[in-house]
Amino acid sequence: MTRKQKKMLIRILVAAVMMVLFHFIHVTGMLRFCIYMIPYFVVGYDILRKALRGIINRQVFDENFLMAVATIGAIVVAITGEGDYTEAIGVMLFYQIGELFQSYAVGKSRKNISALMDIRPDYANVEADGSVEQLDPDEVPVGTVILIQPGEKIPIDGVVCEGTSALNTSALTGESLPREVQIGDEVISGCINMTGVLRVRTTKPFGESTVSKILDLVENSGSKKSKSENFISKFAKYYTPAVCLSALALAVIPPVVRMTVLGSAPMWSSFLYRALTFLVISCPCALVISIPLTFFAGIGGASHEGVLVKGANYLEALAQTKYVVFDKTGTMTKGVFEVNGIHHSTREDEEVLMYATYAECYSNHPISKSLRAAYGKPVDQNRVTDVEEIGGNGIVAKVDGRTVAVGNDKLMKRMAVRYKECSHIGTIVHVAVDGEYYGHILISDVVKPTAKDAISSLHAAGIGKTVMLTGDADRVAKHVAESLGIDEVKSELLPADKVSEVERLLGEKQEKAKLAFVGDGVNDAPVLARADIGIAMGSLGSDAAIEAADVVLMDDDPMKLAKAIHISRKCLRIVYQNIALALGVKAVCLLLGAFGIAGMWLAIFADVGVMILAVLNAIRALFVKNL
Amino acid sequence: MKKTYKIDVDCANCANKMEEAAKKTAGVADAVVNFMALKMVVTFEEGANPDEVMKQVRKNCKKVEDDCEIFF
Repeated sequence: MTRKQKKMLIRILVAAVMMVLFHFIHVTGMLRFCIYMIPYFVVGYDILRKALRGIINRQVFDENFLMAVATIGAIVVAITGEGDYTEAIGVMLFYQIGELFQSYAVGKSRKNISALMDIRPDYANVEADGSVEQLDPDEVPVGTVILIQPGEKIPIDGVVCEGTSALNTSALTGESLPREVQIGDEVISGCINMTGVLRVRTTKPFGESTVSKILDLVENSGSKKSKSENFISKFAKYYTPAVCLSALALAVIPPVVRMTVLGSAPMWSSFLYRALTFLVISCPCALVISIPLTFFAGIGGASHEGVLVKGANYLEALAQTKYVVFDKTGTMTKGVFEVNGIHHSTREDEEVLMYATYAECYSNHPISKSLRAAYGKPVDQNRVTDVEEIGGNGIVAKVDGRTVAVGNDKLMKRMAVRYKECSHIGTIVHVAVDGEYYGHILISDVVKPTAKDAISSLHAAGIGKTVMLTGDADRVAKHVAESLGIDEVKSELLPADKVSEVERLLGEKQEKAKLAFVGDGVNDAPVLARADIGIAMGSLGSDAAIEAADVVLMDDDPMKLAKAIHISRKCLRIVYQNIALALGVKAVCLLLGAFGIAGMWLAIFADVGVMILAVLNAIRALFVKNL
Repeated sequence: MKKTYKIDVDCANCANKMEEAAKKTAGVADAVVNFMALKMVVTFEEGANPDEVMKQVRKNCKKVEDDCEIFF
């Protein structure tokens, strides 16, 4: 609690105790009025002061003014009536309790959310003349070597120049598996160094490092307001004056009608009291607070799970997503080519792979790299001689003196080797040794292990249509789409075609359904921008993607997509619940108040109670771990 | 030109009122108040002097909400 809040709490307690004590003191008349004014001023003096200032500044429909009028009115009714001042004091007391709770809850959730995003590094260790100095990360120039001890946060983006370690990236990506780094690897600020001492040469100033960008993004996300938020701000603007005017009407019209038309007693004080009840209900605070709080909590919770949402408006759009369009390479597939199988081999697979790897060992072709990665053992280039590269066919080389031909169908035909066709999709590398067919190796882009589950969970979440757009060959694209369960696939597209495809889909869908495009952010910035929601994934440290996208998935797990949608829906559900709750309760109270069924007590309980419920409900948006 | 200022205000509705008041201030092209982050993002009009404008913004905000502060 802050000092302000503590002071308020003491005032509330003092006033409450006094009220209880005075209940047992039997005095009447002026004295009674005087002693009851003590707790009234103790708990409400600041409201009265603010109300006065409001009048001076011509801000009449201000909740302080309303509370002041309502309570003073109640006191007036009490003076003329049987002298029950507790109502006026009670209303003020509960109003203050509500305000205190709100300020406490907001402060608390503010703290909670910043704790979730507690990735801001406090210092950077810079070595100078053999001693280590702790500097403000802002003051470290690019190219400085910084020292990171185990347990410390990496303060600035850079490249490892000494040491190996495992990094905990969970604060950034939500991924709990540590990442191994060694010399030459890029490291991202915000990760926690776990095992070894690292020396890192910084490549960016602190202000442009990943951690600053992310914090900036999350902190500013609340500035892009959602439709529901704008609706409520507008609503609040009209609601308060409207209720006040109806209060005035309620105080004047019925008594006048009774007097003139019905000819009965006007009941001025009764209707005045009802009008005052209206004023108590007129404060729109529950609504106004709960909506930004919900979005803030939702965005905070999401960022803890590695889903960065750039604004409440995007969270809102995400909840209405009905079309999800994917890029293939790098999004659904890993985007790296891997050896996926060795077929029809007449020798041990290991041996086939060994000959292929050796024959290709002088090549820089991606295929050669994939072979080497699959082989996994050091390659002794001295065993390879007479390398001949036949463009568009493959390579013929002597390995341990034996002639090895590694390449496609054309090469096999050229070498007059009888080969076997492959039924799989991908790049086929045939291997023949001394004219004898050893088998072929299938190299293809690998579908991400969670891609299939991700698509089915999207369908389960009610996504109407999934579409995959790719520049890849039709056969490959169809195969991937089928194996993943994607509804529609468009292949052999140029980047510009992707934009027009997305535009076609945008024209096809209904107004309310939103279209999300998911890409790896590498060369799909125009599509990311064109879609209702652009989602970039696996783009930790990629500036372009963070710029272009509306939602950034920090790691490259497509499962996060469904999660992001679930988070947004939960958030929106809470927003609607709060709107319905607050409006519903207020409407009922206004009605009951107008007919004199509900008094001021009920009005203030309803008002404060709704606010407390709405705030507690809003905080629920923070808990998204198990969605 | 866009600048972000830290603010202090107690209630969400008051934050909305501050936003309104700031928007109406001369020299301010647009203003957004983020109640949860307690920040005000002000876009200034071409050629406006931020410090001068912010003094006026603070004055106008104080008018609608006595209990607020803008730090600049």
